[in-house]
Amino acid sequence: MAYSDKVIDHYSNPRNVGTLDKSKKNVGTGLVGAPECGDVMRLQIEVDEATNTITDAKFKTFGCGSAIASSSLATEWLKGKSIDEALAIDNMEIVEELALPPVKIHCSVLAEDAIKSAISDYRVKNGLPALELSHH
Amino acid sequence: MLKLPIYLDNNATTPLDPRVLEAMMPYLTDVFGNAASRNHPFGWAAEEGVDYAREQISKLINCDAKEIIFTSGATESDNLGIKGVFEMYSQKGNHVITATTEHKAVLDTCKHIEKLGGRVTYLPVDEKGLISLADLEAAMTPQTILVTIMYGNNETGTIQPIREIAKIAHAHGALFMTDGTQAVGKIPVDVLADGIDIMAFTAHKMYGPKGVGALYVRRKNPRVKVTAQMDGGGHERGMRSGTLNVPGIVGLGKACELARLEMDADTARLSAMRDRLEKELTTLEESYINGSVEHRLPHVTNISFKYVEGEGLMMGVKDLAVSSGSACTSASLEPSYVLKALGLSDDLAHSSLRFGLSRFTTDEQIDYAIGHVKEAVTKLREMSPLWEMFKEGVDLSKIEWAEH
Repeated sequence: MAYSDKVIDHYSNPRNVGTLDKSKKNVGTGLVGAPECGDVMRLQIEVDEATNTITDAKFKTFGCGSAIASSSLATEWLKGKSIDEALAIDNMEIVEELALPPVKIHCSVLAEDAIKSAISDYRVKNGLPALELSHH
Repeated sequence: MLKLPIYLDNNATTPLDPRVLEAMMPYLTDVFGNAASRNHPFGWAAEEGVDYAREQISKLINCDAKEIIFTSGATESDNLGIKGVFEMYSQKGNHVITATTEHKAVLDTCKHIEKLGGRVTYLPVDEKGLISLADLEAAMTPQTILVTIMYGNNETGTIQPIREIAKIAHAHGALFMTDGTQAVGKIPVDVLADGIDIMAFTAHKMYGPKGVGALYVRRKNPRVKVTAQMDGGGHERGMRSGTLNVPGIVGLGKACELARLEMDADTARLSAMRDRLEKELTTLEESYINGSVEHRLPHVTNISFKYVEGEGLMMGVKDLAVSSGSACTSASLEPSYVLKALGLSDDLAHSSLRFGLSRFTTDEQIDYAIGHVKEAVTKLREMSPLWEMFKEGVDLSKIEWAEH
């Protein structure tokens, strides 16, 4: 399969690989996917509680190049965004940015799920109700 | 200067040996006659080339030159062998025995004869990829007309106990066929000593051209016949019609001759390189060799790297042309059915790489491959949440994964 230049770039030089301290109250963690399906994404956000802004984002992904690129791109986009702006990220924006082929759209869906799951975790930690996570 | 990418997918196909090309050249140009033209020198010259190739081939597998039926390749040979026996021996019975790790050319042909009223037993394999002789014995019935078990497996290189299988088949009055695609030209295959009645093989896995293969069909003790699957001019003793691919056949002949003369030297060199590659790569934690290490083709290794996803791994080893146990052609991943049959979990099957070395593989290429794979696996593991959890001692099987 031919990958787009952007996918290759994110795969070769992934942004924000790493781990945030999940015990911190202002860190939200999303773990989505399953090993037997071939993709597992863990995406974490650190939130400035005063401004409700995402100050840091990290990921680790087990998956194909498109899955790695989708999560790497997501962390790039998340930094500096407010929680509401982050919630508005749609998987199709990732598809467009990375020029993902139809068989790889599920990678972008997983990245969107990971973002929402991380935000939901942050909300729960801070006494807010969990998000209704729509499963695609 | 090392040329990239490095080709290590020689179980898929091998490059043409220049000496084979040289032998073929006259038959692609001046000697263009139809080998079936009996009444002029153009035909005679072509036929001479074909006859010489039959000799070269028969010396490699220890048969009579007349026992070689030329085809377009191993897939056609597998089809002709199985369907041909099923039709020819329908009076005697309708039961065929094969194994779950066979190539699709065998498995799908068996499915086809099931639709035609045949009964097929698919023997399971153990974790090394070997069938159980007791299972085979138990599966034999008076209606069993054919046992077809491959010589060496294309994904793992595992070699089946061919002689013992042949004995069991014969003891019950069945014919024994083997798909010798990966074995012929790589290890000694002796149809007489091995007790093989029918054998499929092809040129392009042993440095010959694509588009030409053969079916060995025994003529004595017993005399075996297969019903033609291609009707026409009655070529190849009536078992396979169609104008002979003379340059291809000459190439197959030359490839067999080279294989016979150079097998010992090639085997020693390739198995040493393969063992070095394997030893180095399995120094990576959580890496596993798939298939039998004791009973194996000399040029193949198949290794799973746990906690690394197969397609991502393939992308990471972009300087190598290798195969993966993950056939990710759509949103739903399909792990290799051969590795699954060995009992591998989906994720381990996905994380596997198959290395197939050739006569043209160099030590320098193996050195590069070792470094390249180690680097890719290490980098992907640093990026893998599963690796992190494994390192933290988390039991991944206890996690409730969200299906998507």
